[in-house]
Amino acid sequence: MQYAISILLSGVSLGGQYALIAIGYTMVYGILRLINFAHGDVFMVAGLMMVYLTASLPLAASIPLVLVLTVLLGFVIERAAYKPLREAPRMSVMISAIGVSYLLQNLATYITGGLPQMYPEIPGISKTITVAGVSTKWVTVITPVLVLALVLALTQLIHHTKVGMAMRAVARDFETAQLMGIKINAVISVTFVIGSFLAAVGSVLYFTNYQSIVPLSGSLPGLRAFVAAVFGGIGSIPGAVVGAFIIGLSESVIKGSSWSIFSDAFTFALLIIILVVKPTGLFGEKVTDKV
Amino acid sequence: MKKTINKQTWGTLLWAAALLALVVILENVLDPNKNIMVFAALKKGAVYALVAVSMNLLNGFTGLFSLGQAGFMLLGAYTYAILTIPTAQRDAVYYIYNGSAVNFSLPELFGGGALGLVLGVVLALILGGCVAAAVAWLIGLPVLRLKSDYLAIATLGFGEIIRAVFQWDKLGPVTNGANALKNFPTFSNFNIQNANGETVLRLSTFTAFLLAGICVAVIVLLINSTYGRAFKAIRDDEVAAEAMGINLSRHKRLAFCISSFFAGVGGGMFAMFANQAQAKTFTTAMTYEILLIVVIGGIGSVSGSCIAAFLYVAASEWWLRFLDAETFIGGFKVPLLRNGFRMVVFSVVIMIVVLFFRTGIMGDKELPDLLKKRRKEGTK
Amino acid sequence: MKKLFATLLALSLALSLAACGGGSGSGGSGDSAGSGGTTGGSGGDKVVRIGVFEPATGDSGAGGKQEMLGMQYANKETPTVEIGGETYTVELVYADNASSADKAPTAASQLVSQDVSLVLGTYGSGCAIAGGPIFGEAGLAAIGVTCTNPGVTAGNDYYFRICFLDPFQGTVLANFASEKFSAKKAYLLGELGNDYDQGLLNYFEQAFEGEVVKDSFPPNTSDFSTYLNKAVAEGADVIFCPVSIAYSTQIVKLAASMNLNIPILGSDTLDSNKVLDAAKGSDVQIYVSTFYQEGGSPEFDEGIKAWLNEDSTAMTNNGGDDTIAAVTAMGYDAYYVALEALKAAGSTDKAAVKAALPSLSYTGVSGAIAFDGVGDAVRDTAYIKTADNAAGAWTLETVQTAK
Repeated sequence: MQYAISILLSGVSLGGQYALIAIGYTMVYGILRLINFAHGDVFMVAGLMMVYLTASLPLAASIPLVLVLTVLLGFVIERAAYKPLREAPRMSVMISAIGVSYLLQNLATYITGGLPQMYPEIPGISKTITVAGVSTKWVTVITPVLVLALVLALTQLIHHTKVGMAMRAVARDFETAQLMGIKINAVISVTFVIGSFLAAVGSVLYFTNYQSIVPLSGSLPGLRAFVAAVFGGIGSIPGAVVGAFIIGLSESVIKGSSWSIFSDAFTFALLIIILVVKPTGLFGEKVTDKV
Repeated sequence: MKKTINKQTWGTLLWAAALLALVVILENVLDPNKNIMVFAALKKGAVYALVAVSMNLLNGFTGLFSLGQAGFMLLGAYTYAILTIPTAQRDAVYYIYNGSAVNFSLPELFGGGALGLVLGVVLALILGGCVAAAVAWLIGLPVLRLKSDYLAIATLGFGEIIRAVFQWDKLGPVTNGANALKNFPTFSNFNIQNANGETVLRLSTFTAFLLAGICVAVIVLLINSTYGRAFKAIRDDEVAAEAMGINLSRHKRLAFCISSFFAGVGGGMFAMFANQAQAKTFTTAMTYEILLIVVIGGIGSVSGSCIAAFLYVAASEWWLRFLDAETFIGGFKVPLLRNGFRMVVFSVVIMIVVLFFRTGIMGDKELPDLLKKRRKEGTK
Repeated sequence: MKKLFATLLALSLALSLAACGGGSGSGGSGDSAGSGGTTGGSGGDKVVRIGVFEPATGDSGAGGKQEMLGMQYANKETPTVEIGGETYTVELVYADNASSADKAPTAASQLVSQDVSLVLGTYGSGCAIAGGPIFGEAGLAAIGVTCTNPGVTAGNDYYFRICFLDPFQGTVLANFASEKFSAKKAYLLGELGNDYDQGLLNYFEQAFEGEVVKDSFPPNTSDFSTYLNKAVAEGADVIFCPVSIAYSTQIVKLAASMNLNIPILGSDTLDSNKVLDAAKGSDVQIYVSTFYQEGGSPEFDEGIKAWLNEDSTAMTNNGGDDTIAAVTAMGYDAYYVALEALKAAGSTDKAAVKAALPSLSYTGVSGAIAFDGVGDAVRDTAYIKTADNAAGAWTLETVQTAK
């Protein structure tokens, strides 16, 4: 029983952290039709920045600074690597994203010297508590709550502000939106800013739980979050969140079973099945091919 | 018209023969130890060239964006290794599993010796390709219905799944679980030795070039056939191609299987280069590497992929290595140079190519096209 | 215009790289302390080169660096060697195999091209297996420092090693688990597809008398809570996780926060100050089998600590403090074995060095070293140490020999 609860807890908290990353994927895909492969690495870099900043600054100053710097990183990546390729075929942009991801990983290897870095303890959420006989960290409990709050705020933003309206318009039809006088580049930048911000928050939660950061730390959560985004229907924020929780939970359950070596394989098999059976995901909109 | 094509074919063949001859001469004239980097880079370059061309066939010529290349290479590498490890070595290689479930070795079945080696290796490589193609056919059934990025992600996922399966220790007697397969014939086995065990004729790099060259030639022939034209039509406009009477799903599956076949052969050759086959080498990162080669060479250019493969391998493994070492010029320590810097510079170079030279080295042109153009301009 | 500029930029970059690269590729011999990645060699005319085939990046990067520290310190301590009556300056030539079997062959080739007399390394067995045939073909002897997989030396005449092997290590730990904890059930955890982890798990399983639950996690995992909870749920008496440093720190850290009271057994990879850091201040019990225990040679301990405290780069590579990792001691011994081999060979010729190795014997800080028929060190002792979480240091638990 205790075991079941512990699996459930770790699944829910994993799901929450994936959700924060998955939103970044799904928003960017919704607008640019681009799988932003570098997103997982932005998440990793946010974690590393925290490690280096807390070495010299108090925690109260470093957390906001990490959020700001990560947002800046996301913004710069979009401007430098994706904007010049706006008119290019989709494949070029995707390759550029792979290139950025490669660059970030190699930079992290260079700076850390390939040594695993220890994420600092954050008082409050690092504390251990006991839930139904299972000891866990506060962050595990806080994560789903925080995720829901952030998602609610985000849906408010998208549905009730001017920027949000512009984002929806661009996602629906890129060119028409442009013709209607929407500043496409500004909207895209906002998307990246929001995505990176959520990734930074996600990194704080994730690495508080799993404290060691290596240059490849971002790639696997990134891929899983992407699968979650596809699962929920890419472009849909509630879909991404639901997908992330499903992926997180199922990953946790499989790891807990005797088939644990197939936990990754299962995630991808699930992806392939969903893509084949219902390519638009759980909440995705149906797209028709235009000739 | 027909005559000029013939002339061109002969010209290309002549060039290829000259290149192979040059490789043999270089290999036997240069000191093999001092210049081992050159030959290591050439061998790896040849292997990567083949894999890049096979990926280009899919991504560049058929317009199917697949990221499963490393998975198919893994299939080829394992098939090759399992079929060619000498029976006497099997217990040593599969020491954890107390011997292998497969107890024959193709080179030995062909009677051993030089002939057995050549026949066994070639057959094992072809079978490796066939296994990859067969699996590709199975996967293609559901996956090829997907469009662009969805296809990319699904094939990427497939690569991960196949890796996990091969590392499963229940399959250990066949795949050797997490342990590497080794002691199978490698390129170096093709060096001809005299009775005293001294090497008299070095053919290892030549073998790599010859194998890769034949495969690339077959792919080129395919691209220039009616199938190739159908592939290009699908790439340019699926709907229009279908309207012209091209069977979309059949041609897509065909392209996918052929590309996987050559990726499988390339995987077998990669095992020959690396002296071992281990599932954990065939990661997504490897697929990305190959994709970057295709992009640098030019999507839709076979010769571009080949040139880029050699440049990429030489740059990452050889020319840029000095960036990793702390260097002193006089008493001055050159800043920034330390471990890992090579890969940073390398990824920056790649980003420059991706952003500023979007068409890659060759665009969608081939080497002969460029030469011909030059000649025409000269005569004007 | 922009395009032209970019073309020029890339061209000039490529050209300069090609120029430099050509230089380092062919300029292998002589005393030019050029771009080949060398240090030292400023002294006399005669130079002997020793190749260092170690990972500096990738998942074994941390361990590789600590191993290199031992060699660097030994090189600093004894920079010259007497060969055939002449004094040679020893130069270490590095090649990073990036912890990956697909980069290892080219890294090995690089060492071959740089005219080294013999090679030391590497930390991970996978890379040693991939690089081995290259050394064999070039007739270059290699001394494995801490690659414990039997496959490294088996079938390769040119690979030697100075450490114990996995079958021995696995057995020792299995015996220790039975004796110390009277363990009836063990939970084994390793990385999927990692030959080092899986090999050790296998040997442990064979030697352990009780029941085992075997589990593997996919590469790049950072969530180990499910696995540890599973160990608790299964009622395991010990956890055996011979994983690389990157994973072990996470497992230990998590165990610390969970207040896990099942003892964790680890192999030589866990013998790292990063693991100590992770366990500091908690109640986690960690036991590792290793090659060397601090205090084994006070002279060496003092010397290397002084050096670490002096040299900030070395300190960073050691993980930020002066705890001596066993692999560092092994690297140190390997360097001296190499010098002994050069002396015994009486020449810097690689064939002579190879011929001298099998009959060599040397007593280093980690014990006596001699090679058997396969090229493995004859070793029957492993140190088992435990983490003192209050002090953040290792203490010797027992010295275990195979039965």
